[in-house]
Parts: sequence; structure tokens; C-alpha cells
Amino acid sequence: MRVPLSWLREYVDLPAGETGRDVAARLVRAGLEVETVEQLGTDVKGPLVVGEVLSIEELTGFKKPIRHCFVNVGAANGTGEPQEIVCGATNFQVGDKVVVILPGGVLPGPFPISARQTYGHTSAGMICSARELGMGDDHNGIIVLPPEYEPGTDAIELLQLVDEVLDIAVTPDRGYCLSMRGVAREAAAAYGLPLADPALLDVPPANSYGYLVKVADPVGCDRFVARTVTGVDPGAKSPIWLQRRLQKAGIRPVSLAVDITNYVMLEVGQPLHAYDRNRVDGPIQVRRAVEGEELTTLDGVKRKLSAEDLLICDNSGPIGLAGVMGGASTEILDPVVDAETGLATGTTDIIVEAAHFEPVAIARTAKRHKLPSEASKRFERGVDPEAARAAAQRAVDLLVLIAGGTAEAGVTDIAAPHPVRTIPIDADLPDRVAGAEYGRETVTRRLQEVGCTVVGTDVLEVTPPSWRPDLTDPYDLAEEVIRLEGYDNVPARMPVTPPGRGLSEAQRFHRRVGVALAGAGYVEINAYPFVGDASFDALGLEADDARRRTVKLVNPLNDAEPALRTTLLPGLLGALRRNVGRGNTDLALFETGTVFLPKAEPKVAPRLPVDRRPTEEQLAELNAALPDQPRRVAVALTGERLPSGWWGKGAPSGWADAVEAARVVAAAAGVELTVRQAQYAPWHPGRCAELLVGEEVVGHAGELHPRVVKALHLPERTSAMELDLDLLFEDGRRVSGPPVSAYPVATQDVALIVDAAVHAADVEAALREGAGELLESLRLFDVFTGEQAGAGKKSLAYTLRFRATDRTLTADEASAAREAAVAVAAERTGAVLRGA
Amino acid sequence: MSAPNKSYDPVEVEALKPEVVEQARDEALAAFAAAADLDELKQAKVAHTGDRSPLSLANREIGALPPQAKAAAGKLIGQARGAVNQALAKRQVELEAERDARVLVEEAVDVTLPYGRVPRGARHPLTTLAERIEDTFVAMGYQVASGPEVEAEWLNFDALNLHADHPARSMQDTFFVEAPDGSADSGMVLRTQTSPVQIRAMLAGEPPLYAVSPGRVYRTDELDATHTPVFRQVEAIAVDEGITFGHLKGTIEVLVEKLIGGGLELRWRPSYFPFTEPSAEIDLQCFVCRGASVGNPDRPCRTCSSEGWIELGGCGVVNPRVLVAAGIDPSRYSGFAFGLGLERILMNRHNVADMRDMVEGDVRFTLPFGMEI
Repeated sequence: MRVPLSWLREYVDLPAGETGRDVAARLVRAGLEVETVEQLGTDVKGPLVVGEVLSIEELTGFKKPIRHCFVNVGAANGTGEPQEIVCGATNFQVGDKVVVILPGGVLPGPFPISARQTYGHTSAGMICSARELGMGDDHNGIIVLPPEYEPGTDAIELLQLVDEVLDIAVTPDRGYCLSMRGVAREAAAAYGLPLADPALLDVPPANSYGYLVKVADPVGCDRFVARTVTGVDPGAKSPIWLQRRLQKAGIRPVSLAVDITNYVMLEVGQPLHAYDRNRVDGPIQVRRAVEGEELTTLDGVKRKLSAEDLLICDNSGPIGLAGVMGGASTEILDPVVDAETGLATGTTDIIVEAAHFEPVAIARTAKRHKLPSEASKRFERGVDPEAARAAAQRAVDLLVLIAGGTAEAGVTDIAAPHPVRTIPIDADLPDRVAGAEYGRETVTRRLQEVGCTVVGTDVLEVTPPSWRPDLTDPYDLAEEVIRLEGYDNVPARMPVTPPGRGLSEAQRFHRRVGVALAGAGYVEINAYPFVGDASFDALGLEADDARRRTVKLVNPLNDAEPALRTTLLPGLLGALRRNVGRGNTDLALFETGTVFLPKAEPKVAPRLPVDRRPTEEQLAELNAALPDQPRRVAVALTGERLPSGWWGKGAPSGWADAVEAARVVAAAAGVELTVRQAQYAPWHPGRCAELLVGEEVVGHAGELHPRVVKALHLPERTSAMELDLDLLFEDGRRVSGPPVSAYPVATQDVALIVDAAVHAADVEAALREGAGELLESLRLFDVFTGEQAGAGKKSLAYTLRFRATDRTLTADEASAAREAAVAVAAERTGAVLRGA
Repeated sequence: MSAPNKSYDPVEVEALKPEVVEQARDEALAAFAAAADLDELKQAKVAHTGDRSPLSLANREIGALPPQAKAAAGKLIGQARGAVNQALAKRQVELEAERDARVLVEEAVDVTLPYGRVPRGARHPLTTLAERIEDTFVAMGYQVASGPEVEAEWLNFDALNLHADHPARSMQDTFFVEAPDGSADSGMVLRTQTSPVQIRAMLAGEPPLYAVSPGRVYRTDELDATHTPVFRQVEAIAVDEGITFGHLKGTIEVLVEKLIGGGLELRWRPSYFPFTEPSAEIDLQCFVCRGASVGNPDRPCRTCSSEGWIELGGCGVVNPRVLVAAGIDPSRYSGFAFGLGLERILMNRHNVADMRDMVEGDVRFTLPFGMEI
């Protein structure tokens, strides 16, 4: 809602020196979100005056029409002589009153105006358009004023160029503030000043000879006021003050009848609709649509109606979407001016509708037809049903006053009976909610300022005003008191919390993962979780890969990425590529986050009741419908893992780093990770590790498949790891302190020859098992293939360290343990001692 | 060598003449002093203390002396050898010290050489910021709660007093999850706020409840310098007997002091959220210009856009209807809740001008934040 300060002052006698900023600050504290305070007209400097066009000479030979004019600007130019001006607009004729800026003046830009030679003539000033003056975005040539203004009159004042406009973002509970009346009420309360209510008008009582209206749906439409004005001059134009107020409020002036309905809507908050009475066929009816009915709305769009749409109809069928937009067939006609007589023909008889519709019905219709209008915005948030009569009266008065019409005596007013809403509230409820001491008198006074009727002592019986449908329970009323008393004045204190339990084990684990990976040189990223088929194609996933089953969005930001990720890799690899593209070549990235795995049989999450706690069964059903959302961690590496430098050679990152990252995470979880050779997209079939805890697969790591690397435009040998953190996490884990022996260590080396296809992990497991309890540690220190190992073989060299907790081992004991280790390795993996 | 001879006169034995012994001693001392390094000293040591050295040879002669002469000769030789050994040891220490000093000088390196052998990592500043806020609340006795990002509409909207036709529901530009039939009626959305976690926490147990929940939320905004469709909020809720708006104010004041710093004014603007009543927006006095930039074009402030205030977030007293939907008796319990946008706090607290930097994952942005912000 855009509120011109000059207009606001009409209803509240604000102190003369109050600026827009001052008023905004007061309104903000009272709960209106004033987003900006616009200063209008500060960038226009006169002389800007009314001029009368004396002569027009059409200049030819230029690319566009150019007019050489003489304009009478009265005494404003100091000489009284006609002002010579060259003008590019053509929408005026000799005798028209126009707006002229004279040399020395400045237009917004800033564009200083001076006399200059152009198109072979002197142009001493400019004839202005609305846009040039910063009044609006009207492109239709220069301003032609009504004829009554004297040449030389100051146009800055005439056009009310200087003003301040408060732009207020009205929250959904404060529909009444979508009007000058509502904002003025808040301003009056904020300043403690009386309000001149624009809806307090003399309205003749309803009678039986108004335009015939039948309301078939009194729930959807509980109020319908209709008034008729005849003999309106179709050529009448909106006066400057009306146009200017609309412009400042952000509404483009269109035609007099429409401007008046808009003006009254801004003033009292009641949306109005004007019908050309001669185009309405018979009585007006208000009813719901029949499925399949059609209506062409004012914007020229033919709309298929739904049975829920509330309609305004006549004998011909629908003539308007109630409270949203009128129909084309009965709209006020654009005046057609006869070139010879200058007389306008068009709509002369007007029916003004001021109705009240049910908010939900309007909201749904506006949403269904994607037609958020000024009217629907207000009805959705609640319009004062008691303002309908006054609003209709105001429109009638303006049509009579400005357009020369005659108000018909008939007054149609159909009102469904309204029960009086009374809310009982404990007088100390505001005190209890705020934690402050207001007292009953303050509570009563503040509620009265809001417009409520208040009776009672300990329990107050409060009747909210008709314009506050949002006030429905005691807490609504408490809020009004607390906000008007000022949130700043509520004393701050701390609650007394029960003893805290700190972070959960899982939360501590999640933090450890991040710390461990960052400590290992990885940089954390947060990618968007949106993916599409192309993401999976690039990863080389088979058509039946489970990861292609996704949770989809109805309204994705990007149609190519309508689904939620089932793996962290697309986003992570995207970030990797972006970094590489920006010249960051040595990268180790990680991300932790959820993936979204649809249920085997997707279901709809039920809409549960809100008036009580849902049952456990209902909640279980609701949770069962949600996709599984496990937490994952992933890393991606490229370039040098260890940089080279003056200290020597570095090391490129590769599959082993990706596997090691998984071990870093497993260590943070405190679990033992088993690594197994596997083939799994998007990894290189020969360089992919399956990661297990016990027999459960928890993730994969290795070098990416060269095809994937190519498809994603990644550097060669890019490696990655992805791991399920939920599977890794084990609650209640506790580390037992190991015994630390002070006896000397016995070290033994073994070199084993195995088939090249045998996995080191299997050899190691066999050695460990065979070595038994005396084995303290085992380290693979060399791997080689080649002639010395034999064709199709490889050599694995280990250092085994033996130690007992209770004695110094003899050489025989250590050797026996070593032989036992080798024996098991031989049995399990066919290992042969090198040189044996 | 002859048998002991009573008439043997030590003076007659050339090597035991005092002047000869003294000369041998002095020669030894001179040789040690003259030794320039440990090698020369070693040679001097052999020459003057070895088996063939004059003093060692002289010592041997003592055995042949008559008993009455042995003592004097032994004393003479003993004193000389003592002086020689002492001088040798002293010189040995001196020369070793000299050698050590020389070697350590030779071994000196340029310790300013850059060393980037072990690359450093970093955590995302939004992660560490969230943890910092969590810790503040955990210290106050709160628990950290979480909930799913694909959330039931009932939890994201209905239970929070946003019924299907509530105007506020269209204010939040929601990503809707596709239903099995392809429609938008799956009853699920990408959560638009962390508030559904409030409901989950309330459903999980009886009050008192004090919980904080950071997390990712989604709105259908296009990414630009100040908007991102995927962003983070942190939400806190307290439900207990006698909780008031004043408690909310006190709690937020503590958080702001811990997070941003003390001595800053807070502005509490009445606002509207369906799930709280009364509701407020919290503005923090700009901690950069402290309001000095307002209406002062000569001192523009980038942090607050010369508004003097920075929007922190929304808050309020939990609407009793929300308590009812979560099975909590509003006649016995009341609560407060608030939500803050982490991106905006990061922008303000750390002078980040463009939200895209938080999204794109460029390591040059994240690395300087290190492990903690």
C-alpha cells in the first residue's frame, strides 16, 4: 500500500513539521512495515508553468514528426511574449493547455533546461509529459491539462509534484491497512490524534427500487450493495487531484468511472466494480459457477470456470469473477470522440457494486486463475463489510460531482445476518503474554483505540470492529494491546531452563566428520540438491540404477533439474568443475548433506487435524510418506594432493586418497572400515572400492570412470568418495583403553609372492589372523610386480611387530608367530614366502 | 734395569730432574694451547700424554729409585701430569664448543622459506556459524533438534496455523513435491522454514522444551546477490510454564551479544506470523555505522544500506493454536519461537557482499574462514 503523506493528512491532523520519515518511524513501531519513504518532486525545479498553445508549425524532412510552437506562458517568462518551443509530441492542438518548463528549470535526471537551437529553430523550454516530470510511466505524449487553468500558473503545485509516499508492506492479518482509512487509523492511534473517518457518510437507507440483485450464495457473498448513476458524461475526465492521488498510490489512471472505483477502494478499502447498466441483461445474480462455464474477463482472457468460482451473472450468464475481476461484456466503454462535434459517446449509465465476499472463495479463485488483483488482494485479507454502503455512496457522489451524473434513488443492499462477535478476555492476559504490567485500564483503552467495544472488569467482553476480521481470539486482542504499548517497553528477562544435555552423540559425530575432513585438507561446499536426468547420464548410471528413482518437484526452478539428489556427487563435482574453471586446480572438496530416496511405494502425506494432537498412528502414517533422507558425506579430488616445491616432489591425488578420506570419516565414527574391490558407477571399474562396516555396504570410493570425467568436463583422474553417515554412526560407542606394554618389540619382515589378482586386504587379514595376539602392528612397506616377482604375480612386503604384555619375547616366539602368520596367508591366498 | 740401589740419586736420573719434568710439562701445555682444532689436540694428546710421552717415560723411572727417593719423584711427576691432563680437558671442551658453534652456523637454513606441503582445508562458514549459534543455546540448556528437508505440508504449514487458504501460504514461494499421480497434492513440500522442527520437537515430548534447530530451507527465489533458493535458518523454541514475550527478548539479547557484540540496540517491530502471536521482527542497530549513516549521504553504510538497522529475523509468542495442534495444553504452557537467516548474519558479521559466494563453493571464498568463524 502506497500512502501519499498529503493524502494521509486529510484524515489525521498530523503536526505540520512531521516528515514522511517521522511518520514512518511511528507506524513501524506500531507494526506497519514501511519499506520505503519516497520523496517525490525533489528533483524537479521550476519555472514549470501552465502554457497555452498559440500556434503549431509541423516541421517536415526529419525522421520523426517535429512541431515548432509558440506557447503563451503568461508572465512566467518575464516578458509576457509567446515562448518559442520545439516539441516532438503530437497529441495536442492549438488552444490546448500544456505544462511548460522554462530555461533555468531542471527535470528529473537531472536535465537542466536552457534555450537551444534545434531543428533549425530556437527552443526556449520544453512541453512536458507525465513521465518526464516523474509522475508515472504514461507514454502517451505530453500532458494536456483541462482548459480552466490560466497560462503562467505554477504547475509544480497544480500537479502536486512535491509529496512523500510511504510504501507499506501490509501483512496478511491487516487487510484494513490496504486503505487510507486503515493506515490513517493506525497513524491516529500512534500520534494520539482523532481520526476523520472517510467512511462516515450519510447514506440513504436501502429500499426496494434499487437495481435487482439476487444472491444465491449468501455464504460466499454476505453483502451486496448496488447503486445506479445515470446521465454520466462519457467524455468526462478525471480531475488532476484524483489522477495524481492514483498515480502516487501506484495505480494508473484509466477512465473516470474506473478511476473513481479505484480511488474509493484506496480510500476506504472496499473494492468496487462499475457496470455499464445498458450492457447488463436483467437482474444481477451472485452464484457459484457450473463446471465448464466460461467468462471473458476485462483483460480479454477467456477463462474456463470451476464449480468453486463465485460469479456475478446476469441473464446472459457470467459477467464477472466475484471480487477478482469483472467481465468484458459489461465493462465501462472507452469513450469515442466524434472528430467533428467533439462529443463523446460511451457509457452513460453505471451500476456501482460494493459487495463483500468470503475470503477463502476469493483466494482460491484468484489462485486458480492466476489473477491476483487489487480487489482479490483485499478480499482475501478481509474487507470491512460495514463499509460497503459508504463506499458505494462515495463513488456515487464522485460520479455526480465530476461526471455530471444523476444518482438514482434506488438503493440495493442485501445483507446476510451477522452474529455479533464477542470475545471474552481475561483483563490480565496481555500482562501474562508479555510479562509486563499494563493493568485493566490500559488494556481497555488500547482495545477501544483499535475500534473495539469493551465491557466488563476481570473478564472483558470485547466486540471487535467490523474492519478487523483478524481479531478472533483473546490472544489477538492481547497482541493489539502489547503492540500499541510498544514492544520496546516490554522488560527483557531470561527463562529458567532445566539442566541441558548438550549435543547428542550423532550431532557430535557430524561435527567430528567436518572437522576431520577439513583437518585432512578438504574444503567444505554446500551444493543445491537439484538434479535431472542429465546429471545421472553424465555419471553413467544404468537405466535401472536405483539412484535414478527420485523425489520430483512440481515447480522446479529449472525444468532440466526437476528432481532431488539421490547422491551428493552431481553437486559436488559441479563445484569441483567450477573451481577448476576459475583456475583453482589442486582441489580436495567435501560436502555433507541429505539425499532424498523415494519410498518403494510413494504415498501422499495426510493432512491431519489441527484442533488437537494427531494420534500416533496418524503421525506414523505421515512420517511413512516422507522420502528417506539419509545423511551422506562425499569428497572429490583433483590435481596435486601434496604439492611439489623446493622440498621435493609432490603427489597427485588419486583413488587411494578417496579411499583414505573414507577411513578418515570412519575414524571419526570410531568404526572399522573394510575395503573391497567393486564395480559401481560412476567409478573406474578397476579402481573402485566398496566400503563396508561388517557386511553392510556404506559407500564407495576411487577414481572416476574416464567416460564420466569426460562427460562432466573434469580433469583426468578425478577421484571421489561417497559414504552414508547414518549407516556409519553407532550410538553409545565407547572406546576401551588398550594395554600398553613396556616390554621390547620384536620386529620381523616377510615378503610374500601372490597372484596379481589377490587383494592386499585379504593377505593382511590372513596374516593378522595367523599372527595371533602377539602381533602389535603390521605394515605393508613395499609392493612390486615384474620379473623378480614372476609373471602374473606380485610381491607384498610386510613389517610385523610382535610384543607381549607380560614378558620379553624370545626370538623363537617371534619367529613362530611370524611362521603362523605366513601359514594362514599361504592357505587363504596362496601366498609363498619370497625366496622360499 | 738394575736392582734397587741405596745410593741411587734421583738427581742423577736425567728424566727425573725437576727442570726436565717442568720442561716436559710446559711443552705439553704449550702444545695444547697451540692446538687449533680437535685433530691437532688429539695429536698433542698422544705426544704429551701417551705411553711414549716424556712424562710417561719419566714415570717409569720411579720404580727403580730407592724407596726414600720414590715419594718425592712421584709427587713431582704426579703434579706435572695432573696439570697436563687438566689443561688437556680444558682445551678439549674449548675446541668442542668452537666446533659445535661452527657446525651449527654451517647448518643454518632460511626458515622463512614457504612450506605448503600439507594443504589446509576449511569448513563452510555457514556450518561453523550454525554451530556457534547452537553452542550458545546449548550453553543456555537447549537441545539441538532437526527435521527432514522434504517435509509434510501438515508440519510445514497446517500445524503452524497456516491453513490451506491462508494468504501467508502463498507469500512463501514453496517448492511442491510431486504426488504419485503427478499432481502437486503429495502433501509434501521442501520445507520453507525450520519451524516444522518446532512441531516435531513438541510432538516428541512434554514441556519443558527448549530447542534450537538450524537447517536448510527452500523458497522458489532465483539466485542473485541477496537471494538464494536454498538457504539456512536457525530456529529456537521454548515451551514451558509462564513463558512470556519478555523471555523472548531476554534470550535474543543474549544471543546477539554473544554473536555480534554488546551495546547494540534492538528494535522490536510488531509483525505477523501465523504461528506466533504477538509476532515481531527484530532489527539490530547497525554495528558498523550505529545509525550515523541515516539521512547522511556523506557517510553511506554498506552494511545497513544507510537504514541504520539490520533485519535479524522474526519471532513471537507461540500461537496457542500451534500448541493445540502439537498436543500441548495452552492453558498451562506458553512458549516463544524465533527464526534467523544465517546467510544474512554471515553477510553482516563477515562483510560478505554477495550471497552467490556462499553457494558456488569456490575454495578461495571458504579457505580464509578455516575451521571457525
